[in-house]
Amino acid sequence: MSFAIKRVWGVLPVVFGVLLLTFLLVHLVPGDPVEVMLGDSATSGDRAQLRAELGLDQPLAVQFCNYLKHIAHGDFGRSIHQHADISTLIAERVPATFKLALLALAIALLMGLPLGIAAALHHLHWPDRFATLSALTLSAMPHFWLGPLLMLVFSLWLGWLPISGMESKASIVLPALTLACGLAAILTRMTRASLLETLNEDYVRTARAKGLPERLVILRHALKPALLPVVTVVGLQLGSLLAGAVITETVFGWEGIGRLLVESIEKRDYPVTQACVLVISLSYVVINLLTDLAYGRLDPRTESGH
Amino acid sequence: MKASLPAFIVLFWLCAAVAAPWLGLSPDTIHLQNILSHPDWHAWLGYDDLGRDILARLLSGARVSVTVAVTVTVVTFSVGTTIGLLAGYFGGWLDKLLMHSTDVFLAFPGILLAIAFAAVLGPGVGNLMLALCMTSWVSYTRLTRAQVLAIRGRQHVLAAQVLGASIPRILRQHILPLLLAPLLVEMTFSIASLIIAEASLSFLGLGIQPPAASWGAMLRDGTRYLLVAPHYVLAVGVSLMSLVLAVNMLGDSLRDSLQVKR
Repeated sequence: MSFAIKRVWGVLPVVFGVLLLTFLLVHLVPGDPVEVMLGDSATSGDRAQLRAELGLDQPLAVQFCNYLKHIAHGDFGRSIHQHADISTLIAERVPATFKLALLALAIALLMGLPLGIAAALHHLHWPDRFATLSALTLSAMPHFWLGPLLMLVFSLWLGWLPISGMESKASIVLPALTLACGLAAILTRMTRASLLETLNEDYVRTARAKGLPERLVILRHALKPALLPVVTVVGLQLGSLLAGAVITETVFGWEGIGRLLVESIEKRDYPVTQACVLVISLSYVVINLLTDLAYGRLDPRTESGH
Repeated sequence: MKASLPAFIVLFWLCAAVAAPWLGLSPDTIHLQNILSHPDWHAWLGYDDLGRDILARLLSGARVSVTVAVTVTVVTFSVGTTIGLLAGYFGGWLDKLLMHSTDVFLAFPGILLAIAFAAVLGPGVGNLMLALCMTSWVSYTRLTRAQVLAIRGRQHVLAAQVLGASIPRILRQHILPLLLAPLLVEMTFSIASLIIAEASLSFLGLGIQPPAASWGAMLRDGTRYLLVAPHYVLAVGVSLMSLVLAVNMLGDSLRDSLQVKR
């Protein structure tokens, strides 16, 4: 239990830092942020109103305190261009991103784990070469290149899946696959390395020596401990999927929070940009924390402080 | 000799980046009769949506990619390593403060923070490099600090301290040389991820502005014309992938030959 409390306590300064950095974002805008956001056509009255609305006329420390107060109440302010509450805008978009990320995670696990296991069991033979090479290639393919490539193959040439948008149920497949491939590459490499290590452990040799069938040796003695570090990677990468969604959603016109972020950047709707960055990074922090706690549960050595 | 193909590919793009302005290319010349035309003898990779030579634009885009990646690497390497040296050597509250700061930067997933910085700083290659510098120093700091913690108690460092060597001298002469191998490996991998990061930001319209060529912006335009001119996306995507893959493979073989555990 003390481990959990210590971890949660340790995360607080990070959360404070994330809040501070996202708060400061608007102040990094060169020149007058209000002028940049409203453009040349705005009257001085409009500007003064927005400045007051955003609280930019107050001292920085007061602004930050108000910012924290509003966030604590789940209030992210109002969008300048869409004239709606930002929390509503985000709440509308989150389910789409969540669905995309979960499906991507499932695909990545289905691709990465078997490939990694096959590679380790056939070390230095063709399954290993194939897995290593695919992982290397996939990790060199950013989403904005893999996405169009998948569109080309599965939509244009084969005609199996819709090219973009969210109209049909199958629309999610290509963006999820795009998002999944990078993670699948990492999982393959991680599973392979981890399993290769445990296969060399003394307890695996003992299991073999006592005449246990090879299938049981691998499943019970080698694979179980080998998957522990993989859990951490899955947790860490689930958060990264949210960042990856920014590009993938843009490529496929998927209306999630990543798309909202990019739209807000294009319209210079900085309060929305700020809120999206905050929501994505705080989810990342929370997911990482949960991963750590789960890891503590799975690996008894962490609990006792080793 | 195992690294020969990746080395050749990296060398090719480096030469392209350096020599692009002197190759007599015309990346901005518009041929309206050739809009989205397929490859021919004059343009080996075809034409883009404004009838410009894709190969010429790829080569001048390589210049942007390589320049951004190398500049940002040099800056973040210097800054990140210095901060890591100080944090690791002095420890105490300075170390705590610096490590908490790096924790905050690491709390933003992927290139999200770079996107946010680039968005508020405004488009342009200078701001793009600034945004990437502000976010990618952290890995050098963490790596250096961890290594310094392991090295600072060694006999030769203690001997230098006893002999009255100044702190900058100890850091430069007695600690830094021992860190160079892992830092060099980190640098190689960071160049690969910076090439992707630059292309990502350009893809979102946050990088270098038209008509100048950049790989990310070309991929964005190419995706728009995927139905009629798939050669456009393929040419840019394969180029980007070849460079990133080659740099990563060089990094791998460098890591193996320097025996760095990563």
